[in-house]
Amino acid sequence: MAPEAWPQNKVLKGIAASPGIIIAPAHVLADRNRVQVFYRYLGSRHQVAEEQERFREAIIRTQQELSRSKEAIPEDFREHAYIVDTHLLILQDRLLLDETLRLIQEETINAEWALKQAVKEAQKLFGQIADSYIRSRVQDIEDVSERIMRHLTGTNPSSFTNFKEPVIIVAQNLSPVDTTQMSLERVQGFITEMGGKTSHIAIMAQSLRIPAVVGLENAVREIDTGYTLVLDGLSGTVIINPDVETMSIYLGRKKQFENFKAEINRSSFLPAVTLDDYPTRILANIEFQDELDLVLDYGADGIGLYRTEFLYLRQHYLPTEEELFEDYKTVAHIMKPKPVTIRTLDIGGDKFASYSQYVHEMNPALGLRAIRFSLKEQQVFRSQLRAILRASAFGAVRIMFPLISGVQEVLAARQMLEEIKAELRQEGLTFDSQIPVGVMIEVPAAVMLADLLAQEADFFSIGTNDLIQYALAIDRGNKYVAEMYQPLHPAVLRMVKHVVDTAHAADIPVAMCGEMAGDPLYTPILLGLGVDELSMNVTSIPVVKRIVRMATLEEAKEFANQVLQLGSIDAVTSLVTNFMARRFPEVFMFGRELVNSNY
Amino acid sequence: MTISNMTDIDGNNAAHQAKLLVCNRLGLHARAAARIASLAQEHQAKIILEKNGLQADAKSILEILSLGCGPGTMVQVRVQGPEAGEALQALQELFRLRFGES
Repeated sequence: MAPEAWPQNKVLKGIAASPGIIIAPAHVLADRNRVQVFYRYLGSRHQVAEEQERFREAIIRTQQELSRSKEAIPEDFREHAYIVDTHLLILQDRLLLDETLRLIQEETINAEWALKQAVKEAQKLFGQIADSYIRSRVQDIEDVSERIMRHLTGTNPSSFTNFKEPVIIVAQNLSPVDTTQMSLERVQGFITEMGGKTSHIAIMAQSLRIPAVVGLENAVREIDTGYTLVLDGLSGTVIINPDVETMSIYLGRKKQFENFKAEINRSSFLPAVTLDDYPTRILANIEFQDELDLVLDYGADGIGLYRTEFLYLRQHYLPTEEELFEDYKTVAHIMKPKPVTIRTLDIGGDKFASYSQYVHEMNPALGLRAIRFSLKEQQVFRSQLRAILRASAFGAVRIMFPLISGVQEVLAARQMLEEIKAELRQEGLTFDSQIPVGVMIEVPAAVMLADLLAQEADFFSIGTNDLIQYALAIDRGNKYVAEMYQPLHPAVLRMVKHVVDTAHAADIPVAMCGEMAGDPLYTPILLGLGVDELSMNVTSIPVVKRIVRMATLEEAKEFANQVLQLGSIDAVTSLVTNFMARRFPEVFMFGRELVNSNY
Repeated sequence: MTISNMTDIDGNNAAHQAKLLVCNRLGLHARAAARIASLAQEHQAKIILEKNGLQADAKSILEILSLGCGPGTMVQVRVQGPEAGEALQALQELFRLRFGES
């Protein structure tokens, strides 16, 4: 087909899988179409053994092919070698191997058809899995069976030539094994028909920092090798043979994005200070000690939420005080002098085998959990408090209590803390006697009692995930109401304002550590409402910091005031969207995509 | 740790069992399941994982995946056959180390 007959400026929409914009020629892996499989009845019984042998040989050849491709994986991508190992295991798996051999024998059918049936059964089995990530692993089975099929039918697997020019790879499906067989330095982008946000190719593309769009239906049919493509991995858009105008728009967008990315990475280490010199703090939420590298990499001002549940779930016995102490001490020591905010146990009794009598709670979100559990099972709580206090000798440790719903709970917890301090003194153990004690504000009752709680706390930390769930009576896991879970609900914003104003009147700082704190869309409002510290997943830090550094406290306050005047979510949302698009266009365009990917 | 050892009538074919918690970030996904299957294949003993009445042969990566164990799932393990105790211990260690994930 002559270039003038090519489709022009055709827009296709897929799923954004790896951020970035690229303009390059397409290279279509056309022969990746599925091998055609036909049913064949084996004429006689004695052909069964022959057919089984043919199948076994195909398995061996597939195995050799996979082993070769594993060896060919370049050093830099070694971490992806496990995918090949997975495929090698699937190849030998009894659900495929034994089942196919059995079907050949029992139904006297050819290997291809038998394998196809075995794969179908496996697909059915996987279709029932609730966990979407694990469910999508059915793709690995399909990849492997496709590979076996090619060896069975003698269809030549496509050889990935070493591309001379930069290309965007277009394929029906790409397994990570495939990607290891191409010269990645020339590959500028990936487009696949199959796959979703959690497919191997999406994860792989993110870690290779190559833009990708997946789930693009008919990509192989619509695109030919040699077409010029615009690939926008931020919005999931692909444009075939763009005209000059479109091309220049995307070149501009690409430049903007790359500048933005470079800029936020540069400024991630600078202090979170507004243009009018108002200092705020951006901290990290962590669950595991090994996240500390990232915390330091992203320039966090400390840890605003250290979730401590993991050590309790890891074993079937409770962790000892020493185990807890060692863990907290390491984190405190590495972060020193930056603060580490340790949240005491926030799980329900149902997670403990030894408390199985609590297992059948009707409504665990409203049940025996967090501080309620800790105050009931005092031995568990005591050993955690002892460990935290002892760790406080090694860094700037703060402690906070989750799910507080009244003053009594704080008093009881503080009382225990004081008793333990006395114990430790007697034992001659060192600790920070002034360790700051925080109350988490995540139950509406705590919002209403903020003035009283402020008398008993050194700081507040608003846990928005629970607060929104309880205040709006929305279970996010329930798909019928999940959409009504709205951080911009006027009631939520008023609660935040009330908590901040009350805390400041009592002269204590307020942190926020729910997901709301890490969404760049909400940063100006939270700044304007006067939240002193925002704690978030590390990937949010550069973007949120960028906003803080580009904003003034004055405009943020004025904006927050405007938002508070509005009575409906729709009105708030449109004002916020408008403000962000106008005031922080790059963050608005790119910020959320960056926050949500592994950058 | 709740491990119980049972001996059958002959007194040799000991069955070992334990409850293990899936406590890595992604649950028993491809990489973790691959580790379990590889480990199981190194042992002669039969290793059965059980969740909500569903069973999986630990030597089969696909059966492990098909249990759909997200993070925080409790899995019942039964090991039977030669050197069952060692196999169970190795498996417990693998779970404890979060399948070697960072």
